[in-house]
Amino acid sequence: MTAIADAPATAARRGTHRSAKGKRRGKSPLLTVIMLVMFVYAVLPLFWLLANASKSGADLFSTFGLWFGGDFSLFANIGDTLSYQNGIFLRWFGNTVLYSVVGAGGAALLATIGGYALAKYDFPGRKLLFALVLGAISIPGTALAVPTYLLFSQIGIVDTPWAVLIPSLCSPFGLYLMRVYAADAVPDSILESARIDGAGEFRIFRTIALRLLAPGFVTVLLFSLVATWNNYFLPLIVLNTPDWFPLTVGLNQWNAQANSGTSGAGDATYTLILTGSLLSIVPLIIAFLVLQRFWQSGLATGSVKQ
Amino acid sequence: MTAPATRAGLARPFLRLRVAGYAFFLPFFLVFLITVVAPLAYAIYLSFFQERMIGGTVFAGLGNYTRAIGDALFGAGLVRVALFLVAQVPIMLLIALLCALAIDSGRLRWPSLFRITIFMPYAVPAVVAALMWGYMYGDQFGLVGQIGDALGVTLPDLMSRSWMLGSIGNMVTWEYVGYNMIILYAALRAIPEELYEAAEMDGAGAVRIAWSIKLPALRPALLVATLFSVIGSFQLFNEPNILQKLAPSVITTSYTPNMYAYNLAFNGQQINYSAAVAVVLGLVTVVVAYVVQIITARREKTL
Repeated sequence: MTAIADAPATAARRGTHRSAKGKRRGKSPLLTVIMLVMFVYAVLPLFWLLANASKSGADLFSTFGLWFGGDFSLFANIGDTLSYQNGIFLRWFGNTVLYSVVGAGGAALLATIGGYALAKYDFPGRKLLFALVLGAISIPGTALAVPTYLLFSQIGIVDTPWAVLIPSLCSPFGLYLMRVYAADAVPDSILESARIDGAGEFRIFRTIALRLLAPGFVTVLLFSLVATWNNYFLPLIVLNTPDWFPLTVGLNQWNAQANSGTSGAGDATYTLILTGSLLSIVPLIIAFLVLQRFWQSGLATGSVKQ
Repeated sequence: MTAPATRAGLARPFLRLRVAGYAFFLPFFLVFLITVVAPLAYAIYLSFFQERMIGGTVFAGLGNYTRAIGDALFGAGLVRVALFLVAQVPIMLLIALLCALAIDSGRLRWPSLFRITIFMPYAVPAVVAALMWGYMYGDQFGLVGQIGDALGVTLPDLMSRSWMLGSIGNMVTWEYVGYNMIILYAALRAIPEELYEAAEMDGAGAVRIAWSIKLPALRPALLVATLFSVIGSFQLFNEPNILQKLAPSVITTSYTPNMYAYNLAFNGQQINYSAAVAVVLGLVTVVVAYVVQIITARREKTL
């Protein structure tokens, strides 16, 4: 398999190859139409969400779902969502940001240092340790959630942010990705010459290796960010106080409220849920669009090499 | 460092590297011990005990396990996710594969637009995806019903007993088809150009190139995607748990094994039995993932 270190070069080469081939064979309208169907499938629910988050409560029930209502109430709805129950939505948003930035940042850093150690240092037991961590990928994360709750309740950190933060620091897949990535991205010759110059191991990591590992780090960071931003099962189990809820658990609490609603109070909540859902997906979509270049090349590492 | 010092201990540079290796690996390993090994060990420990009305917690040997194996609710949940697995995973991976091949073919207009939009649902939390699709399926302001009214036909209730599993399958497909497409596409981009040149020189057509060069090169990536999908299917929790609020009569507390383990622990107060169910579920997942790997390896040998 090709080394990932020269992935950009490969891509550039393939790019010219592609355009030459494209000219020779021409575009296929049929293929484009088939992919347009997939495009609609992917985008339609998101458009539905935008359209319905922009409707007034009455329009939501009386107008067709795939277009906007009579008056454009998105901003009024956002205002309602942010101020509902003394602004609890903003609190949830802040919690989600805290959990994902600290959790994903920590997970990516630990995976990077650990992966670098496994790839570049020959210490006894490293193969066994790597196999152990790989085996953990196939343990259903949710199977660990209940015992995690019980353990955490014994040390008394249930219903605190720690109960959400600590488990999200561990990313076995991130370690796997970084081990593969570090093997190619950090040449042994650079490490050797730095050692001959008398640099300490930690200094070598901090000043040389970390820079070379940056694209892999960003990939692991982004995917850990998605995992923690979207995490639902674990916070559902370990948190009771609404003040500590992330967005996912909070939105579902509103949903439960709307569906158990005996009066019209439930109907108004639907608008809040739709608007809140829309607000909660915007940051990640922006992050993925902005950081496209990184995660697309970084992902190649984990899937291409075994 | 002075020269005599290095010469004095020949083993020292090696020792230094070993210590540094362990030191760099230690932080990850500590977190791994706390978040994976400890809960796993604790779950196994708990699964060997039973809580009695009189006498408190007593050692039960394999009692919880024999109960789990004979538990009809647990069995039904396992069958349900297995059914989900054999239907949803192949469909999703096939669509992902075709999308990846189409984007890589060079014959598609706006390939990067398709790549990013089909991937986009991956960034949507499962909770939001389930709420969105659930509302669209639902009878309150549901899109399915509205389209049926507009066309003057009665479309089936997608949250009824017979449609629910398929409806969940559609949600999961929507969420993950783009993610799998990106994994496969990344593998396609890594095929060396020389292979294509050689094939073209031999007069191979596009289909022949796809079959003989692209598909074999995709095997490792397909295996990774399949394994993650298998694990994901057995873990199924978020989507049915959200939909339970919208269709409580269809989605029971034991709809999937994971929901069962959750409800046993938190609504039934049967923590020891819940731990046994979680351990059995983990074992089943590992075994199925292993079997998938073996089947793939064998197929590779025969081809």
